[in-house]
Amino acid sequence: MANKSPKVALFITCLGDQFYPKVGESVVRILRRVGATVTFNPQQTCCGQPAFNTGFRDEAREVAVRNLDLFEDADYVVAPSGSCSTMFRVFYPELFEHEPELLQKAERLRGRFYEFSEFLVKVMKTEDLGASFPHRVAYHDSCHLLRELGVETEPRKLIKAVKGLELVDLQDNKVCCGFGGTFSVKFPDVSVAMARDKLRAATDAGAEYLVANDAGCLMHLAGYIHREKLPIQTLHLAELLERHE
Amino acid sequence: MSETGVHSSAIHERAQKAMGDAHLQEAYRSSTLRLYSHRLHAIGQVPGFEPLRERARELKREVMNHLDVYLAQFADSVEREGGKVHWARTAEEACSIVKEIVKRAGADEVVKSKSMVGEEIELNHALEAAGIDPIETDLGEMIVQLSGERPAHIVAPAIHKTRHDVSDLFVEKLHSERTEDPEQLTAIARKTLREIFARAGVGVSGANFAVAETGTIVTIENEGNIRLCTTAPRVHVALVGIEKIIPRFSDLGVFLRLLGRSATGQKLTSYTSILTGPRRLGEDGPDEMHVVLIDNGRTGALADEKMREALYCIRCGACLNTCPVYRKIGGHAYGWVYSGPIGALITPQFVGINQARELPFASSLCGACREVCPVKINIPDLLLHLRGNAQERVPATHHAGEVVSERKGMRLWAWAMKRPWLFSLGGAAARFGIRWLPSAGGNGAQKWISRLPFYPFSNWTRGRDFPAPDPVPFRKRWEKLSS
Repeated sequence: MANKSPKVALFITCLGDQFYPKVGESVVRILRRVGATVTFNPQQTCCGQPAFNTGFRDEAREVAVRNLDLFEDADYVVAPSGSCSTMFRVFYPELFEHEPELLQKAERLRGRFYEFSEFLVKVMKTEDLGASFPHRVAYHDSCHLLRELGVETEPRKLIKAVKGLELVDLQDNKVCCGFGGTFSVKFPDVSVAMARDKLRAATDAGAEYLVANDAGCLMHLAGYIHREKLPIQTLHLAELLERHE
Repeated sequence: MSETGVHSSAIHERAQKAMGDAHLQEAYRSSTLRLYSHRLHAIGQVPGFEPLRERARELKREVMNHLDVYLAQFADSVEREGGKVHWARTAEEACSIVKEIVKRAGADEVVKSKSMVGEEIELNHALEAAGIDPIETDLGEMIVQLSGERPAHIVAPAIHKTRHDVSDLFVEKLHSERTEDPEQLTAIARKTLREIFARAGVGVSGANFAVAETGTIVTIENEGNIRLCTTAPRVHVALVGIEKIIPRFSDLGVFLRLLGRSATGQKLTSYTSILTGPRRLGEDGPDEMHVVLIDNGRTGALADEKMREALYCIRCGACLNTCPVYRKIGGHAYGWVYSGPIGALITPQFVGINQARELPFASSLCGACREVCPVKINIPDLLLHLRGNAQERVPATHHAGEVVSERKGMRLWAWAMKRPWLFSLGGAAARFGIRWLPSAGGNGAQKWISRLPFYPFSNWTRGRDFPAPDPVPFRKRWEKLSS
């Protein structure tokens, strides 16, 4: 792939499209900067996880099956979300386990589907994107990214390469922030109490920014920050990598 | 009198109550953190802990795939060693068997050591109803029995009580002098129990492992009360869930190395009792040894090839200690005897999904449980599977402020998600609609909504603001980006 520009299809995710389109723009610019040709298929909507997470497998399957054919022309598919990447890589093969033809497609897709930070470090072999951000930053490991995809060092490498930035350790950094998909509305008070713990750990560590790679965690944490007027802000990793302060 | 029945559908109310109790929150926080840290330290000192977990998992898989064979072998081995085997399909059958044994022994009280399956079959309740006095001899169980509660944790039944609580309880129930010193509190319990041990005719225990090859019951503990329960009285009854079988005596080493470390962070607990048959001539021990093999829903779980994995559990409680949801809502919220991630998994299987529909949803599916499980049960995956079963078999309860049912809502959602134009239209409609919703102001370009209408969205804004969608979605921005 070194001598040819890899063709990367962007899976923007439904939350990314509607709530965090600027994160998507950052992702596109960064991918181009590291030498990729980016495509976007407007036929895409959602990975199907809201239904899958809530036990509606048929509905999840209906939405998922469309996605198997949307990225045929690309070498890679990249999503700015660990959770949606997990849906494609871990849960699609499970969803289609009894349908050999679709399973084969899902398996093929799984092999070239990457989460954003993982793609930059593992495939494009890039760590330093030239950003500078003289602030204290904590990184939040989103659960699917950490435990289902095993992506732990890649985002940290990218963050550490940002000039002037101080990456602070988060106490209990592997504890869930409480989002959990529909868990956030089925057990709202538990969900919020978990956000409180996570943000207390971040502010106790003196972090000015909490960086994560998942829109779900980010909107949950930012929503609590805004409600409680906490002295901390959230950032998606892609946004951080474009900061020049 | 402890509460009986399954109350798992009330998990929301119970969780709410626990979350509002600052004292309880602190008890759970500090105790789970302590157990969690001890485990982490203990497993860090074992080279090859990972292969050990793999081996334990393999062994459990082997047993569950051929449970009929191993159970028959175990039963034969017990009888060969002079023990008596009883088969119980249900909780009621198990209780009747124990009552019968106690009556035949002419006893009106039994000493009990901690047994989760004993809690599960509500043995104390059944014995009391038959005029037999069950006396819990494990300190935690004794505390729980005195306060008329159920265990709040698989390993540490009284995890929800601080020593102040225990002090109050002992003063009230045992008329002891007030002290908050753990050693003195233990001494009070010990003094009360010693007299009873000396006279008890029947001892009832559980089992951590049951060895098919040798018919051996293995128990582990720190207080010595299990050893007393199983050896001092003339009759010993061991309650054994049928999933407790391990194949060979030599496999015990694998499990003992995992269990103590995973549960409390101990290399080995203070006592490991290995009991094979009643006493031999010239030896100490009980004259009779009874083993009650209990199904109570387990064969149902076994029949489901996917869910069978839940029966690998060796009840170490590590998944409870690491679970951020358990830490908040506590053990009693789960509404039966098993709590935390493993409780959410096995309760619906043992009591039926109808009675525990909400349990599989009481998890953020973060996967921390799977990470610590000594037999590597894929708990989040199985919970997802159970969510599917719940949605298929049991209609969701209607919530206040719910306009369409969850099922209809999801159907509608899927229908829209298959049509990109409708997805975009939905986004546009939301952008238009939010102007009538209460605004919580904004920081920079981001606008926030302080109150969303309709369940389940209204639940989001109970404790958080909701971000307004960006005025220009990505698919519109792409046109500029690509030109």
